[in-house]
Parts: sequence; C-alpha cells; structure tokens
Amino acid sequence: MAKIELIRKGAEAYLYKTYMLGIPVIIKHRISKEYRDKVLDYRIRYHRTILEAKIIGTLRLRGLPVPAVLLVDPAKAILVLEYIEGTMLKELISRDIELSKRIFMELGKYIGIMHSESIVHGDLTTSNVIVRQSDNKPFIIDFGLAHYSNDIEDQGVDIHLMLRSLESTHPKHVDVLFKEFLKGYTSVRGEEYTRKLLDKVKEIRMRGRYVEERRLKKI
Amino acid sequence: MIVLGIESTAHTFGVGIVQDKEPYILADARADYVPEKGGIHPRESSRFLASMAGKVLSEALSEANVKPSEIDAIAVALGPGLGPCLRVGATVARTLSIYLSKPLVPVNHSVAHIEIGLLLTNSRDPVVVYLAGGNTMIVAYNEGRYRVFGETLDIALGNLIDVFAREVGLGPPYVVKGVHVVDKCAEEGGKLLDIPYTVKGQDVSFSGILTAALRLYKKLIAGKADYTLNDICYTVREIAYSMVVEVAERAIAHTGKKEVLLVGGVAASKALQEKFKAMAKYYDVEVKVVPPKYAVDNGVMIAWTGLLAFKHGVTIDPVKAVVRQRWRLDEVDIPWRK
Repeated sequence: MAKIELIRKGAEAYLYKTYMLGIPVIIKHRISKEYRDKVLDYRIRYHRTILEAKIIGTLRLRGLPVPAVLLVDPAKAILVLEYIEGTMLKELISRDIELSKRIFMELGKYIGIMHSESIVHGDLTTSNVIVRQSDNKPFIIDFGLAHYSNDIEDQGVDIHLMLRSLESTHPKHVDVLFKEFLKGYTSVRGEEYTRKLLDKVKEIRMRGRYVEERRLKKI
Repeated sequence: MIVLGIESTAHTFGVGIVQDKEPYILADARADYVPEKGGIHPRESSRFLASMAGKVLSEALSEANVKPSEIDAIAVALGPGLGPCLRVGATVARTLSIYLSKPLVPVNHSVAHIEIGLLLTNSRDPVVVYLAGGNTMIVAYNEGRYRVFGETLDIALGNLIDVFAREVGLGPPYVVKGVHVVDKCAEEGGKLLDIPYTVKGQDVSFSGILTAALRLYKKLIAGKADYTLNDICYTVREIAYSMVVEVAERAIAHTGKKEVLLVGGVAASKALQEKFKAMAKYYDVEVKVVPPKYAVDNGVMIAWTGLLAFKHGVTIDPVKAVVRQRWRLDEVDIPWRK
C-alpha cells in the first residue's frame, strides 16, 4: 500500500498524492460541505465529478495537456488523476516573466482549442494552470466547474476570469501577459471570432455592478 | 482629528462624526426612507433625504458636542449609488466645505462599508464578503487597492431576496425584527426544489433563481404543487447562500487569507452567518461580522473612511466633487493600507 499524502485543501476538494501501479497520481475527493443542504450537496458533488471526468477525457482525445483520468467514483465524489510535477502559473509569473509570456501564448492556444470543442473551463485562473517541470508545458487543471457550451457568453466568462485573476493577483503584468494569451487564442479561432468574443467580454464586465465605461477601454 | 461624514447613496441620510482615537465614534445620526410599497424610487427617496438633511446634520453636531469650527474635514460618499440621492449628500457636503472653509474628502461608499467593518471587528487582512441590496462582491486587499475576486453577473443577493419577497407577498417590510422575511419563511421549509445553482468560477448569477422561484410559486398558487411556499423560500435561501459561501471559499483558497469579514445589509442574516461559520471550520479561518447597526448604510462609515483618506492627503476641490453612480471600489487607491 502506497503512502497517501494530503497535498492541498482546495476550495471544493482535497487533493491527495499517492502511487497507483507505480505512477504518481492525485486523488481528488470532493468533500461534503456541512453548510449545504444534504440533497444539494450530493447533487453538486455527484454531477461535478462525472462532468469533470468526461470533459478531461474529451480534451485528452484532442491532445491538450490535461491530466489523465485513471478512475471515477461519482457516488463517493472521487476522481483519480495523473500527477503533474511542476509549478502553479500564479507563482511562475512573479519569478520568470519571459517564460510566463511564452506560456500565456501557448495557453491561449489551448483555450482556443478547448472552446472549439465546445468546452468551457468555468474557473480559468492562474491557480488552475500547472507548468510542467520537465518541458514547461502548461497543464490546465481543475475542471470542476467546466461544462459543454457553444455559447459565446460562457466562453467570454472564461476569458473574463483569466483576465480578472491577472488583474487581482498580478496587476503589473496584466497587459503584456493578456496580449500574449490573445495572440495564441487568435491563432486558433481567427481574428473575427476573437474580436466578437472580446466584445462579449466587455459586455460581461459591463454587467458587473457599477462598472464604469472608461475601465473597459483596456481590452 | 475630527471628520464629519455624509451618507446619502440610496435610502439613508446619515451624518457621522468620528475622531482618530478611542472612542472613535462621536455621533451617528440617520434618517431612513421607507417606501409604503414596492422598492426605492430614486426621486421619492431623494426628496425624503433632502427634507431630512438639516435635521440629521444638527442632531449629529449636538450629539458629538463639537462646534463646526472644530471639525477638520468634511467627507462625503460620492458613489456608487442612485444619482438623485447622491446629489443630496454631495450638495450638503460641498456647501459645508465651502461655508466652513474645511477640506472636502471624497469617499467610495463600498470602501466605507469595508473600512467600518475592519475597524469594528478588529480585522487585519480579510477576504471581504460585501452583500447588500445593490451589491454582491467578494473583495480582498492586494497591492494598493481592494480587488474584486468575484461578484454577481446580474442582480445582487439583497435584490434577489427582496424582489422575491415582494412578488410572493411576504414584504415589504423585508426585514422584521432583524430577520429577513425570506429567512423567516425558510425556517418552516425543508424540501429542496429544482432551482438552478449558478457559480461561474468566482462569480455568481442570481437572476435564474428568481425566475425559477417565481415559476414554482405560480404552480403553487395554481394548486398544482406538492410543496409549500416555505419550501420555495428554503430552496432560494439554501441555493443562493451556498453559492455565495462557495465563491468566498474559492477566494480564501486562492488568496490564503485567514479572516473572512461579512459586511453590508444582508450580512445580518443569521442563516448566512451560520453557513459561513460551518465553512470556516474547513480552513483555519475566522469569520467576522460587522455589527448590524453598521452593516446598513450610515454616516459613520463615511466619516471614518474620510478620516483615513484625509490623513493620507486625499481631498477634492468642491467644484470638482461630482457624484459617480457607478464608481467601482477597485478604482480607489487605498494609501492607508500600504
């Protein structure tokens, strides 16, 4: 029996590192929340577990860098995933801006492909990208809020979330990194669609309470 | 240092007087506009605020027992809020500033809700959950400003429960003896109905809950339901509050902060506070709640934030002190927290 080590208490799940058949893996356990109604709690955990496994599978087939799913148990809200050895993108930005620029361009490309597959991540932040140590490939993780959608609105929310996580944790590097991200994204989805999507992002930001118009000129 | 602050962003005309040492609060005078039915009509509210301004101001001055000449600065909430209401406070503040030859300090109403919460709960660096009739935001301080980590993409939480209460005939008034009528109604319910749970990353959306809840209500009054109004209230409360707790939880996980501070009118909800306390157990996080008296709009929070700002040289020329209805809190530099 391999050692099981709790490595992270995330917002909705605990992550444990262990070994399965000699491969390093992550056990993702969506924990029951005392603050939620029991029926609601089961509903949320069950559905998110299944959906996450399904979506990761689809993206793997498209060749995107996402951790492989090794086991699914929706009733227990457990997923077993491939372990990615690397650094959170959030931490890399403050350490190596040049490398971060390259990674943001690549990430933009991956998100473009993901959106072409009608998948939205739903929680796209700099905490949910792991840059793999061996080859600096950005692995997209935590598909807990991901879903299938062709709606430009949902895709706009992804872009909005990425932009906002940059604004809130790395205000100094927003412009340069977001530019690279868009370069990558445009290379997959084309100028016209990207323009349309950015208009949607503006609209989403307008809907937030008390947004002033001049703030929107940035994008 | 003594600062007088004026609040009139929506339905309260408040004048607070504070000083920079204990006991910080010298006066807290207010007048609240309560509509007979329906919601707040900006014009009606502004007329009420204007009619009460003089009385509230003199009440505050006599309560504090200070002469106008002893005041060091006049602070005013220039936004965000309802235009006609904001203009009442701005007019009074500009007049006082010019007449008394005292500097005028612009204050952001949302920042003021946070600052008074920090002062009264002794919080240092919390994730702030700002829940009010017009605002639903998860905020934390980072690099010179309060940054928005999540917010509603459509209506505010307070707006959701008030409109729902109104449409099903539970209110107004929306709050009876400190308990929201929807919270009260939910106590007798317990069956979870089908209402959408919409969390998009760190953002929430409440409009779908309102639509679904009203649809369930229609079915109920048509006699085609196997549930009660209590069950609908219970479901609205469970889903809406759980969504807010979940996004706050995400912000805590993302920032690693050790305190969570609830501010704004909806923060007074005991049911919501219970959920936050249950969530906090999973982390090593302390839940703090602004006292109910200062959770709602008041002049003290404007005066206190004005005092902090004034100490760091923030003032505005009365001629340029125009109201800003959509002034976001993440546009405001916070020099006093550096």
